[in-house]
Amino acid sequence: MYQATEDPAIIERIYRSLRVIRRVEEEIARLYPSDKIKSPVHLSIGQESVAVGVCDPLNGDDFASGTYRGHATYLAKGGDLNAMMAELFGKSTGCAGGKAGSMHLIDIQNGVLGASAVVGTTIPVSVGFALAFKREGKGRVVACFFGDGATEEGVFAESLNFAALHRLPVLFVCENNGYAIHAPLSARWATDRLRERVATYGIPTHFVPDSDTFVLRDVVEETLPELRSGRGPVFVECLTYRWREHVGPSEDYDGGYRTRPEAEPWLRCDPVEVAGARLEAGTRTRIDADVEDAIAAAIGFAEQSPDPDPSELLADVFAD
Amino acid sequence: MSSPINTERVTTFPNAILESTRFEMARDPSVILMGLGITDHIGILGTTKGLVDEFGPDRVIETPLSEDSVTGVAVGAAMAGLRPIHIHIRMDFLMLCMNQLVNMAAKAHYMYGGTVRVPMVVRAVIGKSWGQGAQHSQGLHALFMHVPGIKVVAPSNAHDAKGCLAAAVRDNNPVLFVEHRLLYRTESAVPSADYCVAAGRARVCRRGSDVTLVGVSVMLLECLRAAELLEDAGISAEVIDPIWLAPLDSATIVESAGRTGRLVVVDTGWTSCGAAAEIVARTVETARSDRAIRVRRMGYAAATCPPTPVLEDLYYPNSARIAEAAYALVRPEGPVWRAAADKAEMAYAQEFRGPF
Repeated sequence: MYQATEDPAIIERIYRSLRVIRRVEEEIARLYPSDKIKSPVHLSIGQESVAVGVCDPLNGDDFASGTYRGHATYLAKGGDLNAMMAELFGKSTGCAGGKAGSMHLIDIQNGVLGASAVVGTTIPVSVGFALAFKREGKGRVVACFFGDGATEEGVFAESLNFAALHRLPVLFVCENNGYAIHAPLSARWATDRLRERVATYGIPTHFVPDSDTFVLRDVVEETLPELRSGRGPVFVECLTYRWREHVGPSEDYDGGYRTRPEAEPWLRCDPVEVAGARLEAGTRTRIDADVEDAIAAAIGFAEQSPDPDPSELLADVFAD
Repeated sequence: MSSPINTERVTTFPNAILESTRFEMARDPSVILMGLGITDHIGILGTTKGLVDEFGPDRVIETPLSEDSVTGVAVGAAMAGLRPIHIHIRMDFLMLCMNQLVNMAAKAHYMYGGTVRVPMVVRAVIGKSWGQGAQHSQGLHALFMHVPGIKVVAPSNAHDAKGCLAAAVRDNNPVLFVEHRLLYRTESAVPSADYCVAAGRARVCRRGSDVTLVGVSVMLLECLRAAELLEDAGISAEVIDPIWLAPLDSATIVESAGRTGRLVVVDTGWTSCGAAAEIVARTVETARSDRAIRVRRMGYAAATCPPTPVLEDLYYPNSARIAEAAYALVRPEGPVWRAAADKAEMAYAQEFRGPF
């Protein structure tokens, strides 16, 4: 029988991370009509547990790659909040100086290797990082996040094969929220036996059907020794649910492709609430206040930061 | 930039690539090779032969037929500090790599605000003849010239192959390294010492005053032969090898075309939106406005490459047709001039030997 961690430090850390991601994205949604954020946003509200559960046991010098729905991955891996907010505002102090926007967040110092707006693109790039890490021999790993849609891309199968063939330290994390934009799995998959497909490459697979943060965290923590020791990649499928629309700040249960009742079970097991309920009330209040301060500071930082200089247009097309 | 002139040792195009690769791998342990067929007994026409024995399978990585993914692996490895060389025995296979090359390799440095670099080389061989046909003969380098963030180089001789490959490996950006299969037969003077042929510098291979011929890759050889034909007809042709297509040394071409007033650009690819179109456009845009430059693009016929020899001969530019086109630019009012039929044979069939 699974026993969730009782370590208060871990519970606090996980709650803080979940809470930051939730509140940052709620603030993004709140600010969105002001047009201060000059970027399409794909919010991960409801899906935070996948990023937090996977990234919590990683080391600072491990890496994670995200998707265009990547705010959660970026923040969970330790990406700088001020730099993220400034990036969304298109400011020079953004993590990419205003050249990434929401869909390509990166923070190399903190092991966020960048995201792509083309589904599946970062999967082999993560494998390439893992190839370099294997050569480096320090036991670093790459957590490669992607959605259910990415598993339909040919490059997914190619990358599984390559990573398994070379026993590369990649943790493949499928964030299965059931929809590719608005198309359901039933319109896209001949069978739902994704883990069986992956297992044919000789890759161990795990399944977290509700993406419980603590369960996922422990699954990942248990796989890390084998990943670090060079035994090859590991795959984990997490079922989760996107609460807001595919792109933009709003809900879209009236869109006709899904229903509110379908969402209800997911809304009832809100990962932020689940983690928060495990804290003393005072602790939770204190963390919430810290989180609000950090977000307010990040928004202030973004607002007060200068726009990029026009000369930046042609800077960094090529590296020196 | 080293000159191919006045050096003693002569070697072949593939040997020059092999030598450069071996030197770079010995010099820098972050250089790795990836590709299908790079560890077999043929070793990409000799260009990788023996390297797996020398450097081991961790650095000379035989790959599955997964061009899309392997390109992405190279991109990621490059971002993480390695310097991969990804090798394709035919350029046509790059169509399987386009997402990673265009959406990631070319963009990562800019899109990620300069926080990462993608130092990788993509070697691609263009085939011709012996029935290569539709999907083994394409010169698709112009697709990559279109995209900011990728460098493109197309050496025409063994000397430049060695020096350009060294420059490409040491470059901190993705570089497409275009090799024409017909050049594999050629030899030229290649110093044994290490040297780079730097990005963005063209070479004037032959001085002339009436017309400027620019030849890309193997078409440089055809242009040099065309210049000989034109000399017999009393026309002085200047011949330029651009070497690097991106970044392009426009200044050298503009200076020449401004002086001769006539420019023929011959590509090993199609003319529409191609390298020749770009070179012509940049030249007329930036040349002095007081003298109009008459221009002509030449390249593959606007068709899919037919393998049958009769049609294939018509498909490619050759020295005679280049010479005739140049002649018509120089003497538009004069009678049509035809190069002797026996001169229409492509330069490769003449067993070209360098140095120039």
